[in-house]
Amino acid sequence: MDLYEYQGRDLFERHGLPVLAGGVATTPEEARAIAERLGGRVVVKAQVKVGGRGKAGGVKLAEGAEETVARATDILGMDIKGHTVHKVMITVTADVAEEYYFSYLLDRANRTFLCIASVAGGMDIEQVAADTPDKVVKAPIDAVKGVDEAKAREIVAAAGFPAEVADQVVEVAVGLWQAFVAEDATLVEVNPLAKTGEGKLLLLDAKITLDENAGFRHPDHEALVDQATVDPLEQAAKEKDLNYVKLDGEVGIIGNGAGLVMSTLDVVAYAGERHGGVKPANFLDIGGGASAEVMANGLEIVLSDPSVRSVFVNVFGGITACDAVANGIVQALALLEQRGEKATKPLVVRLDGNNAEAGRAILDGANNPLIQRVDTMDGAAERAAELAAAGV
Amino acid sequence: MAIWLTKDSKVIVQGMTGSEGMKHTRRMLAAGTTVVGGVNPRKAGTTVDFDGTELPVFASVADAMKETGADVTVIFVPPQFTKGAVVEAIDAEIPLAVVITEGVPVHDTASFWAYNVAKGAKTRIIGPNCPGIASPGASNAGIIPADITGTGRIGLVSKSGTLTYQMMYELRDIGFSTCVGIGGDPIIGTTHIDALAAFEADPETDAIVMIGEIGGDAEERAADFIKANVTKPVVGYIAGFTAPPGKTMGHAGAIISGSAGTAEAKKEALEAVGVKVGKTPTETAKLMREIMSGR
Repeated sequence: MDLYEYQGRDLFERHGLPVLAGGVATTPEEARAIAERLGGRVVVKAQVKVGGRGKAGGVKLAEGAEETVARATDILGMDIKGHTVHKVMITVTADVAEEYYFSYLLDRANRTFLCIASVAGGMDIEQVAADTPDKVVKAPIDAVKGVDEAKAREIVAAAGFPAEVADQVVEVAVGLWQAFVAEDATLVEVNPLAKTGEGKLLLLDAKITLDENAGFRHPDHEALVDQATVDPLEQAAKEKDLNYVKLDGEVGIIGNGAGLVMSTLDVVAYAGERHGGVKPANFLDIGGGASAEVMANGLEIVLSDPSVRSVFVNVFGGITACDAVANGIVQALALLEQRGEKATKPLVVRLDGNNAEAGRAILDGANNPLIQRVDTMDGAAERAAELAAAGV
Repeated sequence: MAIWLTKDSKVIVQGMTGSEGMKHTRRMLAAGTTVVGGVNPRKAGTTVDFDGTELPVFASVADAMKETGADVTVIFVPPQFTKGAVVEAIDAEIPLAVVITEGVPVHDTASFWAYNVAKGAKTRIIGPNCPGIASPGASNAGIIPADITGTGRIGLVSKSGTLTYQMMYELRDIGFSTCVGIGGDPIIGTTHIDALAAFEADPETDAIVMIGEIGGDAEERAADFIKANVTKPVVGYIAGFTAPPGKTMGHAGAIISGSAGTAEAKKEALEAVGVKVGKTPTETAKLMREIMSGR
């Protein structure tokens, strides 16, 4: 889960890291209250999870409460690269003398964490690394030993931070690592890490990603999810413990196992190239069990998507036997009818693997005109794409 | 002799007394795996009956190894306890630990991996979030269905469980030496490269199927490794060409970050080193079939 900048600022503040005083507003009136509390000159920043806010006019200075209200009014509701601005962060301003870069992140390739630090901050770090690689330090962090003062001093020396800020950077490096671990983050990026005119360090921006697998030890992280931007179908699926991602096509997809479902999306997209460019409408992994109830919940979500014109159920019976899956599909359709949500869109079903013959016989025996059985994955994808293109 | 798991492997189950552990211990026994016991400190000294096979429960992995000579552990404990279970396996220096559990925090995995490395990496870790490893006809450690295919001379390494099963099924008439599901998490113990190296060295493996998916650069690094070290034919399959950037597709590690981790980049890297990459699982199986029929 990616956090907004204001959530990152709050998180840093909770962990005792130096940030600017501020708050977040969803209305101009809330912005006024924050400006009055802070007093003087403030900066109003659009809260969107996309870069290039400044260029799009989403970051403005304001003098006093009236101007803050005016700037917040301008920015709230703005569209920045397809993201609507629902919140603005308001902070006091800082007198920035120098800008540095500091981050901790997951290093998948080396199965550990990485610290990236640079005295050239305030710009795209990948660009800095490409143009002046000697200005960017990448230090692997041992996940057991972590970052103590000695490790932090090593990083600070390697990155060439000026002597007058070295002690402060060491303190930030240790504190930021502690926050990174305590919050189960997979990324904390501070760009810029600024030095003020008085020589004080400040974390001026925050890009943070939290590990959703660690949610069980962070009940507070649930509150960080921004309900306003969650797709309603994804929300409904989440409430039913389904692994669903909304996409923008016309062929609904239900399968078992993340890899097989990803593969199904691809095969449907290839087939779609021959059928008017139809595409997969979603990712939905119903997992190993695939009981009638799970199948019914999955079908309900997929069929409630108005852009879906056909559904492809792609199941490989591994541990689950295909006859159980077939019964699940038939019962799911009956269950939906009972719930008053009778399915009307065609279902192409491919069953293979454990007890496939018995499963196919159950589908045939159901005599449901909506169910079309195709026994190969590629053939079934073709049929589902064809049906979606025909808009049946 | 297959890789890492043979008919001589003696398997214990951490979490054997839980529902998943019970279900899959029964399946592993039915598949012919030599399961010699389970671990649960609260139930140490008791036994569990699996259709007539009485398996002892030990207080620790070390005890189980001492009493039974076990050299493989399969871990089914919930995510909250997975790190502790793996650390216990590492401390006991068991040669192979297969971590089935899905949903392990990545800080925990990074931590037990670093711990293993610091201890001299005496334990091979497969997973987490994986279906395990199966050497058809010999042994089965994890949740891979044992009846899909029999023994043969293809080696399979895959990030995905169901795509593993699908590929085993497509090529069931040819058969497999060993199938390794390495898991879909961002940090995993055993990688594509480790499996490729082992298959290259295995006299009972003639050709290798490698299945990858979006996220990270493991497939690109595997391509470099194949170029330098693998002489046996390799065919590849990558899932997730149509996945949108920034969205996690089921597996915690299956996410395109910015422009990194795309299926297209992985396919290109593999093809650049001579690996034939199938467009669909079925086409991939066909490529392998052509290679095996030429032998």
